[in-house]
Amino acid sequence: MPQWTLLGLLQGKQTAPWPLAEGTDGQAGLLGMPRYLPELCGDDCKACADSCPTKAITMRASYADSGRLDIDYGRCVVCQLCVEACPTGAMALSSDWAFGVRARDDLVWKQDAAAAPATGAATRHAFRRSLHVRHVDAGSCNGCESELQALNNPFYNLHRLGIFFTASPRFADLLLVTGPVTQAMLGPLRATYEAMAEPRWVVAVGTCAVSGGVAEGGYACGHGLDGVLPVDVYLPGCPPNPAAIIQALLMFLERAPQRVKGGQLVE
Amino acid sequence: MTATHQRSLRPADLQDAAAGLLASGGRMQMVYAWYREPRRLELRYVASVPDQATFAVWRCEASEAVPSLANICPLLSWYEREITDLFGLRFVDHPQPQRLVLHEGVKPPCPPFDPDYPADLPLRVETTTQAIPELAGDEADVQLLPFGPVRADVVESAEFLFYYLGEAILHYHPRLFFKHRGMERRFEGLEPERGVVLAERVSGVGSVAHALAYCQAVEAAAHCTVPPRARFLRVVLAEMERLYNHLHYFGHLCHTTTLKVGEAEGKLLEERAKQLNTRLTGSRFLRSVLAAGGLRRDLLPKPWLAAELDALGEQFNAYARHMENTASHLDRLITTGKLDRRLAFDQGATGPVERASGVDRDLRCDHPYAAYGDLRPAIALRDAGDAHARAQVRMAEVNASIGLIKRAIDSLPDGPVRADCTAAPGSEGLSWAETPRGSLFYAVHVGGDGKLARVKIKSPSFSNWRVFPFTVHDSNMMDYAINEASFGLTIAGCDR
Repeated sequence: MPQWTLLGLLQGKQTAPWPLAEGTDGQAGLLGMPRYLPELCGDDCKACADSCPTKAITMRASYADSGRLDIDYGRCVVCQLCVEACPTGAMALSSDWAFGVRARDDLVWKQDAAAAPATGAATRHAFRRSLHVRHVDAGSCNGCESELQALNNPFYNLHRLGIFFTASPRFADLLLVTGPVTQAMLGPLRATYEAMAEPRWVVAVGTCAVSGGVAEGGYACGHGLDGVLPVDVYLPGCPPNPAAIIQALLMFLERAPQRVKGGQLVE
Repeated sequence: MTATHQRSLRPADLQDAAAGLLASGGRMQMVYAWYREPRRLELRYVASVPDQATFAVWRCEASEAVPSLANICPLLSWYEREITDLFGLRFVDHPQPQRLVLHEGVKPPCPPFDPDYPADLPLRVETTTQAIPELAGDEADVQLLPFGPVRADVVESAEFLFYYLGEAILHYHPRLFFKHRGMERRFEGLEPERGVVLAERVSGVGSVAHALAYCQAVEAAAHCTVPPRARFLRVVLAEMERLYNHLHYFGHLCHTTTLKVGEAEGKLLEERAKQLNTRLTGSRFLRSVLAAGGLRRDLLPKPWLAAELDALGEQFNAYARHMENTASHLDRLITTGKLDRRLAFDQGATGPVERASGVDRDLRCDHPYAAYGDLRPAIALRDAGDAHARAQVRMAEVNASIGLIKRAIDSLPDGPVRADCTAAPGSEGLSWAETPRGSLFYAVHVGGDGKLARVKIKSPSFSNWRVFPFTVHDSNMMDYAINEASFGLTIAGCDR
């Protein structure tokens, strides 16, 4: 055993300083949600809408100077196909990934985003330094689980933030759900929620849980959590990276600001 | 990738053909069903034949009663049950004719793949418990532990039933397919080049392998030749995927043997590998790069990736030496979850699991694809068939992957990375990839309208979940988590 202690000590501190101090968050080079630049948008073009596999982009029936597209980032699977399809650069590569929001509507692109702050969440002071999370996989592709498991690796080290995964829903304050909600998981998901003591909250992690994702519908799949459970935080992403999940959890605890309003980063 | 050898068989000839194949040293890979016309259901049996780089495909029209082949070739049992659930075709004399993919509480108006099944009608599921084998003897002593589908920790959903006496597990039954998303059906009606985004999301930690096998199947249907640079970069991507998966595996294995620093080290190495993935592709899961015909864009692994991998490999080897020198860790692995060679072969074990039981099979060598024919990977084999052997095979594969990536980068040709790839109406293609967990197959059928008419996915975890319970019956509770970790299973890939 001493050899392991030595191995650990020799490596020194491996944890990222972020989000408690300035420093790397480990996401350098990561492609986030494509950014919409309406001033570059060409007339009579619907290449991005045609390329989108989840209908996150649709054409507006009528438009003036507020953009030609309806973009719902709650449906985006970050496949970057719209960026490749766009001939004018109106859908641009970005590293925008901190897409956790309290109101579903904040994931829909708006021209005057900065003027529409989303607040009104109940204060959760008692839980700020000790939050217990129960995760339920309601039919994910396991990409989200891979990133959730990464939260407890030495790099992200979620425990240091006072956030813990718990085995029993009875001990959980927050239900974290991944996946589009398959028909077979609908019952167990509801039962898990019912087993939680109040106050209880729900966060939808990943585009599948937010809106159904690529597998949405059909004979076996639902459309995410809307209409199934009351959702307090929506975090789209395919999958959302560990830093995005941490940011969304801190936002839920009101320890970090919501960075996205009207489908855009507004910092 | 060349086409397959196809032959037509009548249902009455299937049993003789299967027995003949096994006697010649061949192995069944899978059977799937598809509607070649709205009312004509056809079965496709895919088999590997000794010393043959292509696969044999038997076509069999299901117009009359079809005999089950599960008694001759046990690994086909689950495939037949899946076809019964989803297509409504019953196999005569199936030894285990219970529901598999759809649970007992599901009562569809007609099978979900039937042409009459209303589009987007959700299946209604009543929660029920599964019919399980009856106990002989003094039942009062035996306890039943149903565990799941929501289990402790951050894990995928599945329910495990343990019949146990104290520490001893008498019988173990995994109840899977809670996560069945009907993915194969979601491909139908898409243009072939648009299926890649879906294939990448069948099993997230197998994004590259799924997308690669899918793209290759479309390329086979389109008779498309992928440019050399793309073929070599595909090897780089596939081996980067193997790397982060195997590093995760060791972190999780150490978690189950309560080797805390070992767990942290494995997960830290996995994180480093994922950050290298990001630097190479912009995605931690290496997504959004593959396309039918090659790659969506060029990648530039030179000059930085080889040096990063050397550093990672050095750190991994120090870590591996520690694991191999820790008695408490090895004590938990050696003799745990023993899978003998015969069982591994008959029940369809694949990947590191079968190679740890002495079955020398790897699609990268036996049926080369991408640039594996040029690069010839070294295949690690062990005979012990226990958890330790499964870990050792993966240890060797980490180093082999790093070597392969470096060789692929060294011999990376210049040139384009994408060729035109249009699959003609009525065409079909079969392809495969050796994922970190074993063999993956995609069969693609293009309809008369040029859209996808049927996509079949044979995932490695579907095969290995079939085998796994054989190593749990008659074992003990303390070993269970270790044994499960040593198999390295996913559930999303199995359930689809």
